Amino acid sequence: MGAVTLQNIRKTYEKGTVLAVDDVSFTVEPGELFGLIGPDGAGKTSIFRILTTLLLADSGTATVDGHDVRKDYRAIRSTVGYMPGKFSLYQDLTVEENLSFFATLFETTIAANYDLIKEIYEQIEPFKTRRAGQLSGGMKQKLALCCALIHKPTVLFLDEPTTGVDAVSRKEFWDMLGRLKQQGITILVSTPYMDEATRCERIALMQSGKILSIDTPANIIKAYPGKLYAVKADAMHPLLHHLRAYPAARSSYAFGEFVHVAFWDDQADDDEALRQYLAGKKHTGIVIKPITPSIEDRFIDLMTAAPANAHATATR
Amino acid sequence: MKQLLVFIRKEFYHVFRDRRTLLILFGLPTVQILLFGFALSSEVKDINIAVVDFARDNASQQLISKLQGSTRFRLQRAVLSYPEMETAFRRNTIKAALVFPANFNVDLLHTGHGQLQIIADASDPNTATTITNYLTAIIGDYQQELNQAAGPLPYQIIPETRMLYNPDMNGSLNFIPGVLALVLMIVCTTLTSVAIVREKELGTMEVLLVSPFRPLLVLIAKAVPYLVLSLLDFTLILLLSVFVLDVAVRGSVLLLYLETTVFIIACLSLGLLISNVTSTQQMAMLLSMMGMMLPTLLFTGYMFPLENLPVFLRWAPNVVPAHWYYLIVKAVMLKGLGFGAIWKETLILAGMSVALLGISLRNFNIRLA
Repeated sequence: MGAVTLQNIRKTYEKGTVLAVDDVSFTVEPGELFGLIGPDGAGKTSIFRILTTLLLADSGTATVDGHDVRKDYRAIRSTVGYMPGKFSLYQDLTVEENLSFFATLFETTIAANYDLIKEIYEQIEPFKTRRAGQLSGGMKQKLALCCALIHKPTVLFLDEPTTGVDAVSRKEFWDMLGRLKQQGITILVSTPYMDEATRCERIALMQSGKILSIDTPANIIKAYPGKLYAVKADAMHPLLHHLRAYPAARSSYAFGEFVHVAFWDDQADDDEALRQYLAGKKHTGIVIKPITPSIEDRFIDLMTAAPANAHATATR
Repeated sequence: MKQLLVFIRKEFYHVFRDRRTLLILFGLPTVQILLFGFALSSEVKDINIAVVDFARDNASQQLISKLQGSTRFRLQRAVLSYPEMETAFRRNTIKAALVFPANFNVDLLHTGHGQLQIIADASDPNTATTITNYLTAIIGDYQQELNQAAGPLPYQIIPETRMLYNPDMNGSLNFIPGVLALVLMIVCTTLTSVAIVREKELGTMEVLLVSPFRPLLVLIAKAVPYLVLSLLDFTLILLLSVFVLDVAVRGSVLLLYLETTVFIIACLSLGLLISNVTSTQQMAMLLSMMGMMLPTLLFTGYMFPLENLPVFLRWAPNVVPAHWYYLIVKAVMLKGLGFGAIWKETLILAGMSVALLGISLRNFNIRLA
């Protein structure tokens, strides 16, 4: 039995006119670090709220720790830890007051589970008399994580914990999640940042309420069909235009300073033919190099494969 | 239980660390009481009146000195012709004029009829009526003195008016129950709804719901501090009324507190209801300020006489809790009546409180939507 299971979960808003979660099923194993990856509006928060019993699904069943989200909501509420996306603590309470308030709320004390939060709390302890509103974004997230962990939850739900946090704090945050995982806590985390996906054991790529793919990050990359090249030239705008007109290319999209070009198959002379094509279009300074696809490449690939969702973007 | 206490303590932290909330809590009632008590009073004071004395005899002098003794009037003694008087009225330098004809004393003593003319600026009819009432009262007073001195002969009937409960027509009296109702309504309803909606906005409500803490206890933890603070507010207004405005509490203070608690529960429930249907602090503030203040002002009866309501709105005061609370406070505080006189109103108010509380608790969502 998985720590978290969803079966054909469907959720709509506005009297059924807005489809937020479309027939989603997956299972998170106990002790697993599972990531829901997808852009804003993919349905991640809705899934979190259904699992934390805050919303009722229109149809389908879900369990957390073996408890049904609809019937046994009270059991779930007292065992899980939850950090909502917009969670910002009580701005006018100090760090310590926030933490001890949530500890009491969960019928425990800071001392009882101190070992669990010790590593995180030590970083914010120098500021414990400071009001939460005066903390930096990264500090706030750490404090929020402490508050969600203080009762030693069996399953931890983190909804976009790294959104709006600087790169260093984001890295630290994921390091902390890795260590929490070793304590045996099942962690379900969501993020719109594709580069964070590789920090999870398994991920579900989500788009418009649907799951595009569920697997380990490595397998998801491995499943990338065809070859991928990064292409650069002096005139980037016409380059993208010409690449899109190139018949052998499956898709082309801007990616940082390069254009990523995906090919249908693994022909050996792909790059040579492309170079000649571009030279024929009077491009100079052409750079073409084969690259290993990232999660983001795979996501874009899956997204364009589902034509209905082609308008959505996942580029940065 | 321990959770509840810690939760309540947290609510007090919120209140005492937020200057805005403190201002609404304690600044608002103070300002309201002082404003209504001093600035916005409908009493007339220091009215400029011209005394035109063509008589210059014993009687006119005595009357004038009586008028001077009153703090309500500022006398301007001058012999004005009628055209001059009119100019003074137009320039608004006087509000009324009292004209003694020549031979005033002689007429009074010989014929028993003294004639006087009071001219008032009736462009403001209310003030004019008040001024003429004051003037005739003072003249009547004088007449009585004359008659007492003269013995039983010239019978003159002087209508005696006695202002029940408020003999000096102290304007502070009537509005204090009204301000009480208004302030408690604003404080309880607005602050409670905003306090709950703030948790929704911050996202902390989600965490509170996903915890072993029972959702209903969240409401109780929110309501208890505001109940306490509202009672503090009530005490503040009472103290201000007694010590600053010289309005005595005639009835039982304990009864007043009990009735106030019942009313506060009604207001808190309204606040909870509003927090159920709104998701932003601004919306909650707007709804509770506008939605609650207007009916309280209009239908309580302390600002506008309820008799003036159009027929199709006559039922409205009956469904406004503040109206019943106003009646109760007026009876207990100003008239000194006991529970026996107000049990009906109390019953209605209590019924409303229970109903509102029931509805708001029933409507409270244990989930987000």
